[in-house]
Amino acid sequence: MAEIAAEASAPRPLQDAVIGPRRPPLLAVGPVAWAKTNLFSSWLSTAVTLALGYLIIRWAMGFIDWAFVNAIWSVPVTNGQAQTQACRALNGTGACWAVVTEKHRFMLFGTYPYEEHWRPALCVLLFIGLYIVSAMRRFWRKELALIWIGTLALIGLLMWGGVFGLSYVPQERWGGLVITLILSTFGIALAFPLSILVALGRRSRLPAIKTLCILYVELIRGVPLISLLFMASVMFPLFLPEGINIDKLLRAQVAIILFAAAYLAEVVRGGLQALPRGQYEAADALGLGFWQKTGFIILPQALRLVIPPLVNTFIGMFKDTSLVLIIGIFDLLTAGKTAIVEPAWQGFGIEIYVTIGLIYFIFCFAMSRYSQGLEAELNQHRVR
Amino acid sequence: MSATMEPAAHVSSAVRTDAPPAILLDKVNKWYGALHVLRDINLSVAQGERVVVCGPSGSGKSTMIRCINRLEQHQEGRIIVDNIELSDDLRSLDAIRREVGMVFQSFNLFPHLTILENCTLAPIWVRRMPKKEAEALAMDYLTRVKIPEQANKYPGQLSGGQQQRVAIARALCMKPKIMLFDEPTSALDPEMIKEVLDTMVMLADTGMTMICVTHEMGFARQVADRVVFMDRGEIVESGVPEQLFNDPKTERLKTFLSQILRGH
Ligand SMILES: Nc1ncnc2c1ncn2[C@@H]1O[C@H](COP(=O)(O)OP(=O)(O)OP(=O)(O)O)[C@@H](O)[C@H]1O
Ligand SMILES: [Mg+2]
Repeated sequence: MAEIAAEASAPRPLQDAVIGPRRPPLLAVGPVAWAKTNLFSSWLSTAVTLALGYLIIRWAMGFIDWAFVNAIWSVPVTNGQAQTQACRALNGTGACWAVVTEKHRFMLFGTYPYEEHWRPALCVLLFIGLYIVSAMRRFWRKELALIWIGTLALIGLLMWGGVFGLSYVPQERWGGLVITLILSTFGIALAFPLSILVALGRRSRLPAIKTLCILYVELIRGVPLISLLFMASVMFPLFLPEGINIDKLLRAQVAIILFAAAYLAEVVRGGLQALPRGQYEAADALGLGFWQKTGFIILPQALRLVIPPLVNTFIGMFKDTSLVLIIGIFDLLTAGKTAIVEPAWQGFGIEIYVTIGLIYFIFCFAMSRYSQGLEAELNQHRVR
Repeated sequence: MSATMEPAAHVSSAVRTDAPPAILLDKVNKWYGALHVLRDINLSVAQGERVVVCGPSGSGKSTMIRCINRLEQHQEGRIIVDNIELSDDLRSLDAIRREVGMVFQSFNLFPHLTILENCTLAPIWVRRMPKKEAEALAMDYLTRVKIPEQANKYPGQLSGGQQQRVAIARALCMKPKIMLFDEPTSALDPEMIKEVLDTMVMLADTGMTMICVTHEMGFARQVADRVVFMDRGEIVESGVPEQLFNDPKTERLKTFLSQILRGH
């Protein structure tokens, strides 16, 4: 290092006009330099760093103690009754993961017949497979629509059964993670195209279409999702003629789609407005028709611009499906809540909620990371 | 306003006075709200004729040529392009846009598509040309505008002059009968103006019917069969370049020319 310093300070001969690239000074790069500039730049920041570091380590050690060291992973079961005394004796100093071990099937599959649990389990795997395939740009072709239709049909078949030797399982008995995935997948898959139509409609030159779209967005956005769900579950059946009974899950699903589409439509509209007018004019001047212009020029650019808020809304929507709890649909959260109603397990909510939170987090975090990658990839054309 | 005039000095003229005009504007009027931007515009452009439009900023040059492919709608008068009268009928609109190419001041290439895709999109979807054929055609035009090697790049990776030449190639890939240029070199750095003007001269040589809004007087002298001077929404004067530039009849044109000369 002394050499470098000496070289830098030594006067350079004048004729050495072409200066080759130099490395930055050693002290300006690397983790030590980073820590120095960001964590220990003054006595105040050093003090804050040390104090926060202490708190973080204390908390992390406490959490590790609770979650792993003192935790109980299983409890004995006698006569079908879980013996939870050991867990209660912990008095909160350790996690009782036994509740998750014991109840995970109920959390994941709700009241679906126990011996048929492989069916919703397979459906969950199918959903995840569907997400992975859809995430790969290689599969972004027309066939993807067929894959979706095929997979969703297969999922419906597995869940309902009633054919091919599968026993019939009414929708009231479905529950758990699969419900969350059904509500959010159908929700996003149908709300997104609907939102694009609404966003285009809001910019339409035909006053009737425009007014309709504005009314739709404003009315739906002005109401909490909970009240839409109530309407779907309580009010809507009142208007139906007697004897006709639309599945409760379907009604909740429609409410979620309509709700999400209103929000998404505004996001998409933002993207449409951000496009320079010249893009529309160039497409017009080339003689492209409305749908060609929209499909090839406008939407591909507008949607790229709004990937972050779009994914934001998707993630919000994924979590909002948990609100179906209030109309008694057994999604992941409701199933988890119900799992600890049993007297033996009362009071072990934290473990259940931490687990459910983790499941939600995995899905949401995957969406978030994926969108970041996608954004970078799709906006490559902006990079010189 | 017929097109009987002497051919310009450098580029051979292909004006066909025997055929019906390629473009006919008959008492065209347009307002933006209360602002009267086109006033009784009469203009007839013969097939193969090259018309340069000039005039001060805000005089309605862009508005006029944008009315020709109906990016703007006129409110009074008639516009007939390639024997089709512009109307609210969508089919006539499609037919006209297929025959009229346009090049914009700000290029307006599609940034998310490669150069080649920019050029093949409309031929494939509007002209229903097979993809292979459209690509061959696009490469042909990209070669003529001297940038075939950029075909797989994105517009953002090209210089302004290159982008504008792509925009010209993109319009030509539709095999239009008429080309409209709205200040194609105004957004370019001086060293790039020439390459775009050269491309346009080359195009003029092929006998294409062209209307070009530009203040490049050298270009006008070289290729224009006729120069049209607009001011405040009117066509004030028109004639062959030499006559118009050397012997302006109106005060407005004199003032405009002196400003242009001072500016250059
Ligand atoms: N969309 C619009 N709405 C309202 N007024 C407009 C619109 N477009 C143009 N104008 C007005 O119409 C007039 C003519 O505009 P135009 O763009 O045709 O002028 P121009 O001759 O092309 O000028 P420039 O040389 O600056 O391009 C101007 O006064 C302009 O402000
Ligand atoms: Mg203009």
